[in-house]
Amino acid sequence: MNGNGSGANGGLAVSMRDVTKVYQMGEVEVHALRGVSVDLEVGGFLVLLGPSGSGKSTLLNILGGLDVPTSGQVLYRGQDLTRADEGELTRYRRRRVGFVFQFYNLIPSLNARENVELVTEISDDPLPAQEALDIVGLADRSSHFPSQMSGGEQQRVAIARAIAKRPDILLCDEPTGALDITTGIQVLEALERVNRDYGATTAIITHNAAIATIADRVVSLADGRISRQHVNETRAAASTIQW
Amino acid sequence: MIPALDRKLLRDLWRVRSMGLAIAVVVASGIALLVASLICFDSLETTRDRYYARNEFGDVFANAKRVPRWVAGSLDELPGVDRADTRVTAGVTLDVPGTSEPVNGRLISLPDSGRPVLNGVTLRSGRWPDPGRAEEAIVNERFAQGHGLELGDQVFAVINGRRQRLEIVGTALSPEYVYAIAGGDLLPDPTRFGVFWMARRHLATAFDMEGGFNDISLSLAEGAAPEPAIAELDRLLEPYGGLGAIPRAQQISHWYLQNEMTGLRGMALLMPMIFLGIAAFLLNVVLRRMVAVQREQIAVLKAIGYSNLRLGLHFTQWAVVVSVLGGILGIALGALMSAAMLNLYMEYFRFPDLIMRWSWGHILAALLACGAASVLGAAAAVKSVVRLPPAEAMRPAAPDTFRVSLLERLGLKRWLTQPLRMVLRNLSRRPARAAMSVIGIAFSASIMVLASAAMDSFEELMQLQFNVVQRQDVTVTFFEPEGRAAFYELASVPGVVEVEPLNGASARLRNGNRNRQVGIQALQPDARLQRVVGADYQPVRFDRTGLILSRKLADVLGVAPGDTLRVEALQGTRPERDMVVSATVDDLMGVSAYMEPEALRRFLSDSATMSGAALGIDPAARDSVYAALKGMPVVAGVALQHAMLESFETFVAENMNNTMAINLLFAMVIAFGVIYNTARISLSERSRELASMRVMGFTRAEIGVVLFGELAILTAAAIPVGLGLGYSMLAGMLAAYETELFRMPLVTEPGTFAWASAAVVVAMGLSAAVVRHKLNRLDLVEVLKTRE
Repeated sequence: MNGNGSGANGGLAVSMRDVTKVYQMGEVEVHALRGVSVDLEVGGFLVLLGPSGSGKSTLLNILGGLDVPTSGQVLYRGQDLTRADEGELTRYRRRRVGFVFQFYNLIPSLNARENVELVTEISDDPLPAQEALDIVGLADRSSHFPSQMSGGEQQRVAIARAIAKRPDILLCDEPTGALDITTGIQVLEALERVNRDYGATTAIITHNAAIATIADRVVSLADGRISRQHVNETRAAASTIQW
Repeated sequence: MIPALDRKLLRDLWRVRSMGLAIAVVVASGIALLVASLICFDSLETTRDRYYARNEFGDVFANAKRVPRWVAGSLDELPGVDRADTRVTAGVTLDVPGTSEPVNGRLISLPDSGRPVLNGVTLRSGRWPDPGRAEEAIVNERFAQGHGLELGDQVFAVINGRRQRLEIVGTALSPEYVYAIAGGDLLPDPTRFGVFWMARRHLATAFDMEGGFNDISLSLAEGAAPEPAIAELDRLLEPYGGLGAIPRAQQISHWYLQNEMTGLRGMALLMPMIFLGIAAFLLNVVLRRMVAVQREQIAVLKAIGYSNLRLGLHFTQWAVVVSVLGGILGIALGALMSAAMLNLYMEYFRFPDLIMRWSWGHILAALLACGAASVLGAAAAVKSVVRLPPAEAMRPAAPDTFRVSLLERLGLKRWLTQPLRMVLRNLSRRPARAAMSVIGIAFSASIMVLASAAMDSFEELMQLQFNVVQRQDVTVTFFEPEGRAAFYELASVPGVVEVEPLNGASARLRNGNRNRQVGIQALQPDARLQRVVGADYQPVRFDRTGLILSRKLADVLGVAPGDTLRVEALQGTRPERDMVVSATVDDLMGVSAYMEPEALRRFLSDSATMSGAALGIDPAARDSVYAALKGMPVVAGVALQHAMLESFETFVAENMNNTMAINLLFAMVIAFGVIYNTARISLSERSRELASMRVMGFTRAEIGVVLFGELAILTAAAIPVGLGLGYSMLAGMLAAYETELFRMPLVTEPGTFAWASAAVVVAMGLSAAVVRHKLNRLDLVEVLKTRE
């Protein structure tokens, strides 16, 4: 951590400039993003807040290389993602990005360790699967199948799977959305630890304002635009959150 | 106004139209086969029955050496006999201009006034012969077409060594020669066998039959059994060299027709059952998936008051619509196919006109079969709809439970990547479905094997018969048993390099009330040309005393080695004796009894027994040998090895490609239907995890492994099962088709297996390509947003 109260250690992991995204839904044009500019500092912890329909999922999808903007520019360490083709986006996701989803998206036919190994087998320099599970506190559950685990445990496996490739960027879409407060805090603690100990640039989207206190920086979205942006002077510990 | 639930049905149908279509095509194939076989069977039966009735085809047939005309009067008195007809007939060697080879002919007398009482002849062109003109004859239509003979053309029959000119004044068809085949041949060759009808008085003169006859046909009163008439007729003809009467069922043309129709009926039952069974399985898989996806919708529908019955019907309707659509397509296809099949039949079976029979019963049978398949297919899905409690269904389904697969537990785990483990565990979680998929794909391979291996077996029969059993170039048969003089006469023909006498006698073998009239062949233990060879390719060893029977003949007579048979010779002094069956032989063509030559000579009291000869000839001298044989008075028939092989090759060329193409098409329909639906269901069940993997950075090719790995494993498992299944089906089919005329050996060429396997692999590739298209359009964002 550096002295200015931010976890960011200088430089930009991702830079978005004037990004718009328009979907054609039948005969209606939906403006999901209307000129958004956001930076992700290397090692930073960003929370994107907003009600449903505010465009935060679209933003996350574009950051993660799942979607491309209608206009504007997205640079990953200077590389223009808006011009990347399908194969380049797949490589970007494979090497740089770790995803954590609201509904975990584990493979039901693979146990916890194997779900992590699914990623480590295709990565260049991964963490050992067991170590990744250890980080999220599930070392002793490694041979359990998803159907044998609670929601919180499943989500922590998903985090272990996301971090095992040593991603530059960890993107989490409502990671606690389907969880109660106790298990939700366990999950946030795991994310906090990964950001702190492994320096993964982390972005969480949530509609839960309480979570914003654990971030370096909070960006609020409303109706496809940034409505508010602020830097937390001090980051609260996940364990102190109430919602 | 369409009720809302039915509108949902229509939209569901549209949404999964490609799967529905794939199933409908499987149904259509089965129904097409059912309808085509039924129409062909009915059409052939009606055509045959009307033709037989109109032309008064006989019920009992007999030949004798020479029967005085006054005996004819007592034929009507035989038990059950309605009418009787007598004729003069003779087998001759024909000399057809433009053909060096001797051709086999049959001369049949026409009454000097009026038309035949039985076995009426249908004139197709020209006119009836003038009874006043000895040379005028009408010829069977196929022979005329085969040789390009026109009215007014001439051929020559060798009668008692004299070349007799026959002038063609008409062409005709006869119910006796619907399938015109010379005795001993396997396939009809229109150029090798000609039937000529001519005025009786001239034919009788030529064969010393004035005031007599040698051919008897009887028609029976309705409902009368042939056996009493046959027994009495044999007794009546015995003093005149009777050669044993046969019922219509053993008349050769009728037999072949009947055999084909029995096969058609078998096809009408077996093949559609395979197709509809597979369609039912596919409907079951797709519907169960549909119920799983629509859990919440079903719960809502139940909550707002739809009954189990209505919802059960809703899902059954989907299956019924798909299979009835397939059924209608199949009925149309079947009608087209039946026309093509009947056309092909008309190439081999000659009728004056074809009566195409098409009945509502066929359509009803087809629709009932479709209905049964759809109800069978929908049953399991409907059961799960009924069982689903509304409240339970509103919650998402519990995650699927998986366990470590058998292969991994066996210790292969460390060699398996995670995607491969996913494949194996997914398969082992639903073993019944995997097994059914394997069986479905296996059936497609087995159909390929069956089609191609039937040809292999037929080819093997020909090879064995003509390269191992009969190694001669020419087989000559005599009018009468001859002595050594005939042997020397043949041996002296320039170009004949080897002569082997064929000794034999016509006899009736009797075991209680079972009997068969066969030729007893005496073969030299050291025979080089015509040999007795079993299905094991080994020449049979003779012992000095007993009788060796074709296994099929032993079965028909109900005897085994060690049993005793009553043997009645039908020539010479007609001796009778009990003989012990010493062995049976698995020969493949015809049925015979075999004896050691000396034993046969003693049995026949030294009368001449040389009924023909096997010749080896110098290929360069072929034409002069043929010319010499045509002029020999003792020669009644000449069979040419190369001609039989050629007609076989023509048959294969004409039928092989069509048969293979049709079977390939059907096999592909099944393979594609099963594999495509398996892949689509798999994709639907796993789109979420596949999308997750794509998000994690797996490439399309890598997630393809998960989806297509499953298909590859199912296909790989199905191929050996299918090859085995095809082989067993072939064995069953050959056993069912084992007849007294021929038995096909069970053989399959490696190429047949390779070909069947390749077809299934291609079908898998096609299915994978279509599903791949869908996989590439997987919406990564959408799939992740929602819980399944």
